[in-house]
Amino acid sequence: MALEKQRFDTLILGAGGAGLNAALQLANANLKVAVVSKVFPTRSHTVAAQGGVNAALANVLPDNWHWHMFDTVKGSDYLGDQDAIEYMCREAIPTVYELEHNGVPFSRLPNGKIYQRAFGGQSQNFGGDQAARTCAAADRTGHAILHTLYQQNIRAKTHFYDEYFAVELIKDEEGIVLGALVLNIATGEPLLIESKTTLLATGGCGQVFRTTSNAHINTGDGMAMALRAGLPLMDMEFFQFHPTGIAGKGMLITEGVRGEGGYLINKDGERFMEKYAPNAKDLASRDVVARSIVTEVREGRGCGPDADHVMLKVDHLGEDVIAKRLPGIRESSKIFAGVDPVQDPIPVFPTAHYVMGGIPTDRFGRVMPEASDDGDPLPGLYAAGECACASVHGANRLGGNSLLDILVFGRLAGHNIIDYVKQNSAHRPLPDDSVAQAVGRLERWDVKGEGITVSELRKEFRKTMEDHAGVFRVEDMMADGVEKLKAIRDKLKDVRLTDHSATFNTNRTEALELENLIDVGLSIAVSALHRKESRGAHSRPDFPKREDGEWMKHTLYWKESDKLEYKGVRSQPLTVESFPPKERVY
Amino acid sequence: MKVSVYRYNPETDNEPYMQEFEIETRQGMMLRDALMAVQDQDESFTFRHSCGEGVCGSDGVNVNGSNKLACITPLSELKEPVEVRPFPGRPVIRDLVVDMSQFYAQYKQVDPWLIRKEPMPEQEILQSPEDRDKLDGLYECIMCGCCSTSCPSFWWNPDKFLGPQALLSACRFLADSRDQAKEERLDNLEGPYKLFRCHTIMNCVEACPKNLNPTKAIGHIKAIMLKDAI
Repeated sequence: MALEKQRFDTLILGAGGAGLNAALQLANANLKVAVVSKVFPTRSHTVAAQGGVNAALANVLPDNWHWHMFDTVKGSDYLGDQDAIEYMCREAIPTVYELEHNGVPFSRLPNGKIYQRAFGGQSQNFGGDQAARTCAAADRTGHAILHTLYQQNIRAKTHFYDEYFAVELIKDEEGIVLGALVLNIATGEPLLIESKTTLLATGGCGQVFRTTSNAHINTGDGMAMALRAGLPLMDMEFFQFHPTGIAGKGMLITEGVRGEGGYLINKDGERFMEKYAPNAKDLASRDVVARSIVTEVREGRGCGPDADHVMLKVDHLGEDVIAKRLPGIRESSKIFAGVDPVQDPIPVFPTAHYVMGGIPTDRFGRVMPEASDDGDPLPGLYAAGECACASVHGANRLGGNSLLDILVFGRLAGHNIIDYVKQNSAHRPLPDDSVAQAVGRLERWDVKGEGITVSELRKEFRKTMEDHAGVFRVEDMMADGVEKLKAIRDKLKDVRLTDHSATFNTNRTEALELENLIDVGLSIAVSALHRKESRGAHSRPDFPKREDGEWMKHTLYWKESDKLEYKGVRSQPLTVESFPPKERVY
Repeated sequence: MKVSVYRYNPETDNEPYMQEFEIETRQGMMLRDALMAVQDQDESFTFRHSCGEGVCGSDGVNVNGSNKLACITPLSELKEPVEVRPFPGRPVIRDLVVDMSQFYAQYKQVDPWLIRKEPMPEQEILQSPEDRDKLDGLYECIMCGCCSTSCPSFWWNPDKFLGPQALLSACRFLADSRDQAKEERLDNLEGPYKLFRCHTIMNCVEACPKNLNPTKAIGHIKAIMLKDAI
């Protein structure tokens, strides 16, 4: 078949904060850059980030990047790589200033500087008093940042392929990625994009769980493409459940609510976080707060007729603070929970929110294909943002470090790509068999006849993930889950589309997404089953302790035979002393 | 509940038609949930949606004659029979999916990015909280298109009149104390169509799911122009 081809210096898959910040650096440097996004760029899920982005600007309270680094290492439960964490915390400061210069409408302090609020897990002076490190645009920070980055990319004339779905990476015999096959959703036409460098910036995979704060589009597409290209995913067992999703619905209520002074209560009106985290209380790390809520509910102190959630109390902040600092939350609470937080508490329960793991990269965004610590990066392939694992979040991400991760590593990947393209200016020859394989992935869905529907299998899959790989994990339950998930993976071949139209066929894109979800779901479940300790978000009642002797290492999962390997944590920072593992109390 | 949806597939249909579905409702259900329930019954039914919480702006539709964001429109607020159609005035690609390229093109027309002529400071550009307050009601736009596609002036002249969304964005940058391209921005809006085709019909205000007020923003731009002219 005649396949349309386009050539670019760089192909960026995904138009969230990571993709757009990379694209902006590249377009400003006059590289020919294509951004492929399955939705119009401002619909990417970065838009939903609420609370803010961490940077030690010290606008409100004393701060420096080294304290930020300590909090991030501790928050990661010592699984984060300390060189990457140091790098991120240092780069946070110029990254946020650059965003401001680009036009982000941050909230302001009386002296005209960027407003910063308190967030969970933040401290001054290596574990001392609460810090205020999260730069915010009210409670719409992600929206403010994503729109600004899109606007600057229009100015810089970045080439956008809006509503194109990335089907598969194209690679040669050496495993070097040479672009991707993408699908024009509106017309159903495939397009081959050849590129000297490719950046995966496809975001998270929260749709693997039934109840999630994540958007419909968060289906782990880039992670699954990496798996199918023979690359590993790292630390996928670490999935963050955000403490405060709207109960029964999953929409997010930002940690900023607690940062502004809101707190959690159980059915007796007790401020229960005082029991679990005597110092930080409601601003303990997310894994700690989420487990505390689940424990309260399990022990019968939940609220509501089914005693299945707790309450987030905000009314004592007063209407002025709520209107000024948390307007979006007030709106969401009214719409989805039917309560006005100015008067009544918000019913909340943990919701699947963020995957700490992802495509392994070094701190320059280069994809690392091997388990060995001193292996080489794969030339020309980059990953940044939630789909990547640098690894700065380790076993648990701090609030406000996600926007930071995508922006810092998107930006730095951009810079590194510029250097790479300077040194590697030619396109490599495109092998036909890899293209044929990618086209085959599309053609598979042309098969007609009776079969399982996409939505049927998706429901079964997401329920299985929730039941077998959720907040608390025990051996038998998880082993059972892995078997069920493998059976679900086998069933994929029996799934048939009911709709075979070319034009805007969402049945087809959802089928491709379901394949991605199942591949990524298995990486989570298999990695989780084999980590026999509790660390950060990975909580095993059958192995309740963190075991630094055996388990201070990263899990690597390959799709082929569901293989696992491990590699050591990089505990040596770049310029400062290492933070040795300590018991984690808040 | 009966939900009637607009169907059109250019590959198989000579003309569009309405199709009725019976869906099971539950407490707190939004219109988006209903459309997903329709899709469960008929996987060929097509509409855009993503975040489910009113921030991504994907799922603007016309329901019972008004433009709304499906994910934050409670079914309980809709009169039966519920009729869901694509945005008026835009070419239909399929079912509820319309071609929004003209809408995006108009947005790009207003140079929607911060323009600084002075060199950047090392830290942030300072802005007082009062100046920052001037952006409230402007920057929150999610570009769903509910406003522009409910505007009769935009229906008639979608290529010449910028429409409420783009003009709200123009105002957002005119209102930003950090921006240094006020004159160019105002010049760019001159002429009988781009701005001045707004006849203050105010459908946009009614339609905006984020409770923004493009008509007021347009009035504000006109006031700045007038002040500058004197």
